[in-house]
Amino acid sequence: MSALPQAHEATPVPPPGSTDRPALIAELARVLPEECLITDLGRLRAYECDGLMLMREMPLAVALPATEAQVIAVLRTCHRLGVPVVPRGAGTGLSGGATPHKQGVVLSTARLNRILSVDRLAQQAVVQPGVRNLAVSEAAAPYGLYYAPDPSSQIACSIGGNVAENSGGVHCLKYGLTVHNVLRVRMVTMAGEVMEIGSAAPDSPGYDLLAVTIGSEGLLGVVTEVTVKLVPKPRVARCVLAAFDDIRRAGQAVADVIAAGIIPAGLEMMDQATAAAVEQFVHAGYPLDAAAILLCESDGTEEEVQDEIARVRALLDTAGATEIRISSDEAERLRFWAGRKAAFPAAGRISPDYYCMDGTIPRKRLAEMLEAMDGMAKKYGLGLLNVFHAGDGNLHPLILFDSNDPDSVHRAEAFGVEILELSVALGGTITGEHGVGLEKINQMCSQFAADELDMFHRVKAAFDPAGLMNPGKAVPTLHRCAEMGRMHVHHGELPHPELPRF
Amino acid sequence: MTHTLHAVLREQVLDAAAHGRALRPHGSGSKDFLAQSLAGVPLDMRGAQGVIAYEPSELYITAHAGTRLSAIESLLAEHGQMLAFEAPHFGTHATLGGAVASGLSGPRRISAGSLRDFVLGVTLMDGQGRVMRFGGQVMKNVAGFDVSRLIAGSFGTLGLLLEVTLKVLPLPQAEQTRVLALDEAQALARMREWGAQPLPVSATAWLDGRLTVRLSGAQTALDAAARVLGGDLLDSAEAAALWQSMCEQTHDFFAGDAPLWRLSLPPMTPVLPLDGARLIEWNGMQRWLRSSLDADALRHAVKGVGGHATLFRGGRAVDRERGVFEPLAPEVMAVHRRLKQAFDPSGVFGPGRLYAEL
Repeated sequence: MSALPQAHEATPVPPPGSTDRPALIAELARVLPEECLITDLGRLRAYECDGLMLMREMPLAVALPATEAQVIAVLRTCHRLGVPVVPRGAGTGLSGGATPHKQGVVLSTARLNRILSVDRLAQQAVVQPGVRNLAVSEAAAPYGLYYAPDPSSQIACSIGGNVAENSGGVHCLKYGLTVHNVLRVRMVTMAGEVMEIGSAAPDSPGYDLLAVTIGSEGLLGVVTEVTVKLVPKPRVARCVLAAFDDIRRAGQAVADVIAAGIIPAGLEMMDQATAAAVEQFVHAGYPLDAAAILLCESDGTEEEVQDEIARVRALLDTAGATEIRISSDEAERLRFWAGRKAAFPAAGRISPDYYCMDGTIPRKRLAEMLEAMDGMAKKYGLGLLNVFHAGDGNLHPLILFDSNDPDSVHRAEAFGVEILELSVALGGTITGEHGVGLEKINQMCSQFAADELDMFHRVKAAFDPAGLMNPGKAVPTLHRCAEMGRMHVHHGELPHPELPRF
Repeated sequence: MTHTLHAVLREQVLDAAAHGRALRPHGSGSKDFLAQSLAGVPLDMRGAQGVIAYEPSELYITAHAGTRLSAIESLLAEHGQMLAFEAPHFGTHATLGGAVASGLSGPRRISAGSLRDFVLGVTLMDGQGRVMRFGGQVMKNVAGFDVSRLIAGSFGTLGLLLEVTLKVLPLPQAEQTRVLALDEAQALARMREWGAQPLPVSATAWLDGRLTVRLSGAQTALDAAARVLGGDLLDSAEAAALWQSMCEQTHDFFAGDAPLWRLSLPPMTPVLPLDGARLIEWNGMQRWLRSSLDADALRHAVKGVGGHATLFRGGRAVDRERGVFEPLAPEVMAVHRRLKQAFDPSGVFGPGRLYAEL
């Protein structure tokens, strides 16, 4: 048996005030061109938070390397000086994964924004991490291909951020998450070493480091290049809208569709309160007397879609749908979706503030969860809008509250904690796609036992023995399982109000 | 039962760790041929068998690692579902744990994804005898590092795999297999062209001037696709037997003693000028080669086109000693060693099974 080096038990974080800022800035200025380094307070302000606006911190500096060599130089410098580094993509993340460290440097990949290649026959593209998610699909469109994961922020979020968060989207039931669609990354470790992880060829030798890297929330390294899989664009997409007078019946209809052997391209649900809220916002023509509205999309060849829509229609009919509409053209299909995609902004219009939760539960527990949340809403005296990625059990309950009323804030926080903890208790998870970041770090203690959290720290230390890469995020230290946090939206002012959120 | 079993296993692990002994967790041994080394006292993981939870409409199955793969597949088939990655068994008693530990996928990988894509959660005992659960039973779960997928393909070197949850998928409504007479270069070009189009191709294989293509999906879609593909329809029983024989390596191609190399290649790799019989799968990305070429020369050629090679079966002792799996870059090996140390600090589990350094 070979003697192996000891793994680090926990992530050391330098004590506050221990970094010599002028010395750090001087060192960074030696390895970065002037336009790639931000140190003045006014411009640093733009980086004090990501999409989780509740958590803010000023970094010591922001590095915007334009080449991989500069990424390496920044990381080596920080490693040598013992300075924490927080990687940042487009800053659209909802869980505070890119919230700065007050003794650290933010490393933004925004300038690494080139699409290096798109190969139709290989069905692969190689891109830099700062490339926007949608830009990949746009570059592939002339070849009849696209990049499948489509998080709601896809017009702005970056591929590097998607890799960090293992982003999903509306279509992930059928097409998978980022982990199923990224084939290779090139990653620089905190020590400044370049690693090729995964490859353009299937099944890399050794351990599946790619699986651990995707969704690692910037704790393991900085990605400088990503090879993604491109898939042929389906010839046709059509959407079924079904109304139910009982939300349990709608939940059962979802189970019926899946049990019949159908994997729809999208399967989404919203409750009556949400339908009413979005209707006055987008005029999608939703039936407002329905207790629940289900959207079920089929894509594929004309034959496949016709076949699947007919089967879905019959199943929904049998399941007791009170009304079924099938999109007759692309405009109508988009109108069906418009309401679902407007749920977050609509919540911001009808309530001064809302908290968005992201738990996933086994689908069969949906009725139980809804009933419990109903009870919680009454108990805390707060409104609730329910939207779900129904196909995969990922819930986005929106808790309505008023941040000017401290008691309302307190009740909303308690409400959120109860939802997340029930998600875990029902056999689910605290986060389906938004990540843990800083936001849900306390609830990690509900979901994982001490030994499991210890193993996460050991995995991090295998890539980052110094513990300087995005410290304090995603995995709580064992003695630090106490605080709370949520996505906080004040008066409908989303951090990126131009982005759809669903 | 599980509780007692875990206690027994924990005792064995802690005892081995305390005495500097190695253990070699195994199921039926059907994949023992695929190993750099089989060092360690055999530890039979079939003490716990059986399905723990299976809910067709939730699209997952959880079972003890010692459960027979064939039992799981039969149960799924009764409910019109399948393990879509078509795990090779390489033996009638192959276990679920062995399938996950080896991480191998079959013909449907090009359309459905690989085994690791379907792993949702694992229960694992680490080298300190600690039982841990990672992942879960839901499709979307981003809490914590994705340890369950890291375990897939780790050949039992990171811990004892106790329970596994896999995503399952509906069986295709219909399937058909077509055969076209094409040479190797033509076949590669044809497979790529089909791949870039929305066609329901679920498997491809080229051997001796014949390209075999399987279509899966709605009957109407198959009929439409068949018109695009051309070729001749293969009798369905014959087709099923053919795909089975490719997946299980019972096909004549795999008979005999010539070393069997598995080449994993980027999609645009042309016909490789390597001596030996070849069978091409996965649209050209997996190629089996029966060749007595020098291992270093072969690896060099494959690496040159961005791929990697595994000495899958047989081969000269000297070549096997140099490594059956593709050597890792030093910085990647360094992370491997630290990961191994994180899970198995005393080096109990399958030392040298993957690489001499682990």
